[in-house]
Amino acid sequence: MSTPYAKLPGWVEYGLIPLINLAVAFLVAGLVVLLVGENPFEAAYHLINGAFGRGEYIGFTLYYATTFIFTGLAVAVAFHAGLFNIGGEGQAYVGGIGVALACLWLDQTLPWYVVFPLAILGSVFFGALWAFLPGWLQAKRGSHIVITTIMFNFIASSLMVYLLTRVLKPLGSMAPQTRNFAEGGQLPKLDWLLSIFGLDVGTAPFNISFLLALAAAFGVWVLIWRTKLGYEMRTMGHSPSAARYAGIRESRITVITMMISGGLAGMMALNPIMGEQFRMQLDFVQGAGFVGIAVALMGRSHPGGIIPAAILFGVLYQGGAEIAFEMPSISRDMIVIIQGLVILFAGALENMFRPAITRAFAMRGQRAAAVVQTKGA
Amino acid sequence: MDNIAIELRGIDKSFGPVHANNDINLKVRKGTIHGIIGENGAGKSTLMSILYGFYQADRGEIFVDGKEVAIRDPNTAISVGIGMVHQHFMLVENFTVLENVMLGAEDSQILNKGIAKARQELKGLEKEYALEVNPDALIEELPVGLQQRVEILKALYRRADILILDEPTGVLTPAEADHLFRILGQLKAQGKTIILITHKLREIMAITDEVSVMRRGEMVATRTTRETSVEELAELMVGRRVLLRVEKGEASPGDVKLAVEGLTVKDSRGVTMVDDVSLEVRAGEIVGIAGVAGNGQSELLEAIAGIRKATSGTVLLNGQSVDVTGHRDPAELRARGLAHVPEDRHHVGLVLKFEESENAILGYHNDPRYLNGVFLDIDAIRKDAEEKIAKYDIRPPNARLKTANFSGGNQQKIVLAREMERGPDVLIIGQPTRGVDVGAIEFIHKRIIEMRDQGKAVLLVSVELDEIRSLSDRILVMFAGRVVGERSPEATEGELGLLMAGVEGRKEAAE
Repeated sequence: MSTPYAKLPGWVEYGLIPLINLAVAFLVAGLVVLLVGENPFEAAYHLINGAFGRGEYIGFTLYYATTFIFTGLAVAVAFHAGLFNIGGEGQAYVGGIGVALACLWLDQTLPWYVVFPLAILGSVFFGALWAFLPGWLQAKRGSHIVITTIMFNFIASSLMVYLLTRVLKPLGSMAPQTRNFAEGGQLPKLDWLLSIFGLDVGTAPFNISFLLALAAAFGVWVLIWRTKLGYEMRTMGHSPSAARYAGIRESRITVITMMISGGLAGMMALNPIMGEQFRMQLDFVQGAGFVGIAVALMGRSHPGGIIPAAILFGVLYQGGAEIAFEMPSISRDMIVIIQGLVILFAGALENMFRPAITRAFAMRGQRAAAVVQTKGA
Repeated sequence: MDNIAIELRGIDKSFGPVHANNDINLKVRKGTIHGIIGENGAGKSTLMSILYGFYQADRGEIFVDGKEVAIRDPNTAISVGIGMVHQHFMLVENFTVLENVMLGAEDSQILNKGIAKARQELKGLEKEYALEVNPDALIEELPVGLQQRVEILKALYRRADILILDEPTGVLTPAEADHLFRILGQLKAQGKTIILITHKLREIMAITDEVSVMRRGEMVATRTTRETSVEELAELMVGRRVLLRVEKGEASPGDVKLAVEGLTVKDSRGVTMVDDVSLEVRAGEIVGIAGVAGNGQSELLEAIAGIRKATSGTVLLNGQSVDVTGHRDPAELRARGLAHVPEDRHHVGLVLKFEESENAILGYHNDPRYLNGVFLDIDAIRKDAEEKIAKYDIRPPNARLKTANFSGGNQQKIVLAREMERGPDVLIIGQPTRGVDVGAIEFIHKRIIEMRDQGKAVLLVSVELDEIRSLSDRILVMFAGRVVGERSPEATEGELGLLMAGVEGRKEAAE
């Protein structure tokens, strides 16, 4: 009686409602395109074609998706414990230090499959460290994690500028970046995976860290739903008072959760650094940490939802770049607007159509019941 | 038929798959007190919300004074003379009585004129119905009983002829409740019609002229109160015979299992909530703590359970000291034989979004039998939950169902099963039957007595005086954070009521 929304069948809850939200987002985006005097259908064509039209495009889409899976998982893990980690951006950025150190140290002597595990450890270590500090501050000093993680994004940014202009930059170079890695610091592409489907990856940097992202998604599922730690995290996330009652220590869970979240965000650095650029550049994260928030929201913090949501954002990034290229009057900023609309409708206004849909279903149910009754009479 | 104040015909209301009101017919005669009784979730509140315009019925008609009316919102309800006193008061705490009464009925943009008029009218109302309240007192400074009076005045100020009261005595001491009933009698004598929603059979018998019983969304019967009995009403409510008296043998108290000495608890603002409380609970006895809600019982339980920090005092569990002022660890207390059924099962005792089986291990999730290393042993957890579901007759018997989808009684059984099946030495229970239907109450009471008979020490807190009296072997009464007296369960309700009301209560009784 007190439940505001009746329970809907699974395919409506997880299929129809997200699709309707997405459709409305694209509809409004189409209106915006119309407003600047362009043909929305043409834009839609470029978006889809740019994301899926060729093996190379698909490679780019999945390359972006890889990044977003990591940052989406990072936000989701924290979310399950009731923590809002806005610091994925900074954690991924600092995580890059771990990747770069492993590569700079070993790339000339060891093959990639030895360097890669060490780089993973490095990225997790630095990402977790960057999330540990806000987590610890909240647990021990009561500083709110939303505020501190945002501040740590800025600190990370300044720190990386310092490191990339003073410490990690090769002598005599003008660019704020590390030296290029030798073969040991370059991840193999997943060209074989696409070629199974008869596609050619071309120049797309679709690399093996995609598989790591999928493994991480599975790992997060196990962690949240199959371990004691995950149980404690969920208890705290749903009801801090019940967690206290159950003897779950809030400070311990806060710190551990933030470190796992930061570690996941840190792993994101592997993809651009070892998978695409083969060096660490200034600002390589490019907002992926924030996109992770939208991905986690859209994917309902479930790995099974985060992967498709990350691919969707991969489509928006890759297809969006294609629109900007093919239709000069639509600038990069327009693409950001479209992405914003998706976040708005699929994330923030997630429940906008729910009452109407629920009502429609209730009516359908009643009509079905009425039919049964008349038949019975 | 002009003596019918309200008639409902064929009212039907569904919330999704829940059929809250199924073809309800009801006639309330003018100038009477009409009780509506039913278990939680029977649809009483939904029906009254439809009458007051909070919800729209899917089907059906409402007649007020013989005329059909369409009540779309509370404003229409007020305009046809229906007023409502909610279970949870709708008052602005930092407004005065007068301001609250005129809120929404200010008459003009300039307040001064309205205030003068309202003050005069309020005086008239107070005199007419003997409802004295200081119009300039702030709501937050008034005791609950007086706040309720303000709610009634609000309705009368809006010229309500029909008053709906939703569970009005839940927050009142017995003395305050008696006073409320006198007021209702007065209102009736003046020709007002009163609809009283309650789940307390005694109140129905004491004050109503007629009573309608609801069960599972249906109106199952209407009786003239004089011609019915508590037993019949209980049976109509539940749909089967219920045992109203709790049957229990003599207690045979053993060793002291829980000893509390000089326990003091302050809240975050430094206000003393529990003031120097000492008590003992022996094996094989139930000690009940009576008191009006908010007199420190909750804080006392939480401090003993290790959830809330005590400022000073000592607690001995099984003869060994518990650190209640420093490092508290509910998990450790559980391991030492303390089980706790918290007052607030929605926010503390359960995680409503969890599956039933996940809640069945809450607080015991460190037990190796639910674990495979760091992993949860899902099979073991579900099997364990299913055993408890069978033993405690939890319905629906589905360990994978989300906890929020169980009824209040079944949710409480989930908590009880978890805490009792561990065979604890000491069981502390807060509000065991709050929001629980009559059928489940009987079951829960039996289990509590069984625990006692197995030699467990039980500390029970409840605001239901009947419950305290029928279960306890000794009764402690708390007022303003202190234990103000100990009585045997044979003590009269009046005697306990005076203690519960503290010194103020005594003064009132003397008058």
